[in-house]
Amino acid sequence: MLSMLAMCAMATIGITIGIIVMLVTQSWHFFNSEYVSVTEFLTGTRWTALQSKNIEDADFGIWPLLSGTFRVTAIAMLIALPSGLITAVYLSEFATKKVRAVLKPTLEIIAGIPTVVLGYFAVLVIGPSLQWMTDGGFDAFNATSAGIAVGILCLPMVCSLSEDALHAVPRALREGAYGLGCTPFETSVKVVIPAALSGIVSAFLLAFSRAIGETMVVALAAGTQATYTIDPRTQSQTMTGFIVEMIKSENEYGTVQYFSLYGVAITLFVITFAMTLIGQLVRRRYRESYA
Amino acid sequence: MIPEQTQPIRLAIDMPQSASATNAPTTDTSAPSPADASQSAEELCIEISHFNAWYGSFQAIHDLSLDIRRNQVTAFIGPSGCGKSTLLRWINRMNDIVPTAHSNGTLRIHDLDVLSPSTDVVHLRRQVGMVFQKPNPFPKTIYENVAFGPRLHLKLRRGELDELVEWSLRKAAVWDEVKDRLNAPALGLSGGQQQRLCIARAIAVGPEILLMDEPCSALDPASTLAIEDLIYELREQYTIVMVTHNMQQASRCSDRTAFFFEGRLVESGPTDDVFTKPQQKRTDDYVRGRFG
Repeated sequence: MLSMLAMCAMATIGITIGIIVMLVTQSWHFFNSEYVSVTEFLTGTRWTALQSKNIEDADFGIWPLLSGTFRVTAIAMLIALPSGLITAVYLSEFATKKVRAVLKPTLEIIAGIPTVVLGYFAVLVIGPSLQWMTDGGFDAFNATSAGIAVGILCLPMVCSLSEDALHAVPRALREGAYGLGCTPFETSVKVVIPAALSGIVSAFLLAFSRAIGETMVVALAAGTQATYTIDPRTQSQTMTGFIVEMIKSENEYGTVQYFSLYGVAITLFVITFAMTLIGQLVRRRYRESYA
Repeated sequence: MIPEQTQPIRLAIDMPQSASATNAPTTDTSAPSPADASQSAEELCIEISHFNAWYGSFQAIHDLSLDIRRNQVTAFIGPSGCGKSTLLRWINRMNDIVPTAHSNGTLRIHDLDVLSPSTDVVHLRRQVGMVFQKPNPFPKTIYENVAFGPRLHLKLRRGELDELVEWSLRKAAVWDEVKDRLNAPALGLSGGQQQRLCIARAIAVGPEILLMDEPCSALDPASTLAIEDLIYELREQYTIVMVTHNMQQASRCSDRTAFFFEGRLVESGPTDDVFTKPQQKRTDDYVRGRFG
């Protein structure tokens, strides 16, 4: 019986190793190709894997895809982090039972929306609204509308994880602050939030990883052109968006273009893995000085 | 809440006669005699009369009247759930954060009507500091803990703040132990040091009254002794109200003792009298350890 449990637990390790092995071996085909150099991949600012049928013409520089990912992620974080944290503080420190009873389920509904629906929301509502507001200043598919939708997607996660962190702050600390003459607002800003910082920061990092890895919304709303720019109004293919496009495209298994998706995938994996590690470090560091 | 504005301030009279209307008659064992000059010089600080308090529909305090004198340590004793902590937490309106808590009657600090809705609780809590059962330093440095209150209320220059922090830590008898590590996290201190730090934090905002809710119950005997000595010294400058479960502690470091039972004040008076010749049988039983 015990060995059954152990096997289940081991399965997760097995799966992780399997994924890493698959990523490394498949991307090896890409990086090993005579048409690809690692230097060009890491520094190049043109990515035309999908647009070039002829392998000689194809450019494999990751920066356009990276910049697309980071434009979308930055906009998403700009929306999800402040509003998520503010909502969490409001819910945990100020909201009456009645407000909570409405707000909490609403957030859970947002968390339960399928990403494909949010993607269509971005294409059909956010994108046209942006175009209408700026008199056509935005592309039909652009980083901003995708970013806003991804932000909405991350909001419940930031909110509920931050709220857990705030909730874990002992009541005694709040009373200490009240006892010194703090108003409720001062208590939450000067005592409760700093005391919950490690949990809040790890909520932020998790949301960041989630936004980087988000696929369906960006595949629908961010466009199919990999552009190297900081302009959030243009088409912005992201790393995940490219992987989807490539799998759907007519490029056959075995071509360098096809294997390029693994090059992108392993880059994505390295980034999110690094975020997880940083999250662990931050949590450990703050936990030492705060708990 | 109906503040009884017309009631004159009584000096050195512990228990008004009207309180005996309840089924637990109260007795003042210390009716001041004209011969006792030191007694009559004692100044009234907190005046509580016909005070009732509830949590929801549960009445935690029944028609309680008690006067607390300036520059003395007043100990509240009694079994768990007798209302002593509740009363303490009404003196600085800490119970405001409990949504179901409400009260009526008179609770006055000098001329300030504590229970009035128009009372500025921020101002009140600067006048009435609080020290809690479990040491609760903020997760900040030692210095920042003490500087927290002054930063909130006063605009001090760096040097003045440094002086105030040192003064407060010295007053709380913890300066020598922490002076070399003011920027270390407060949570790295021992429990007893943390509690003295919390006392320093409370006196840094310049209160007149210190409320202490079982300040030693989470501490070891040596730390307890240090805090008790400190409490005894602090009464020269502060009026201290202390809740304790420990009868020895009440007899060691308080000037006056009030015994609570089931939400009513049974007896109050000079600590020696309450412990050696209590007027009520229930007090006698409790201080002898027969119940509670």
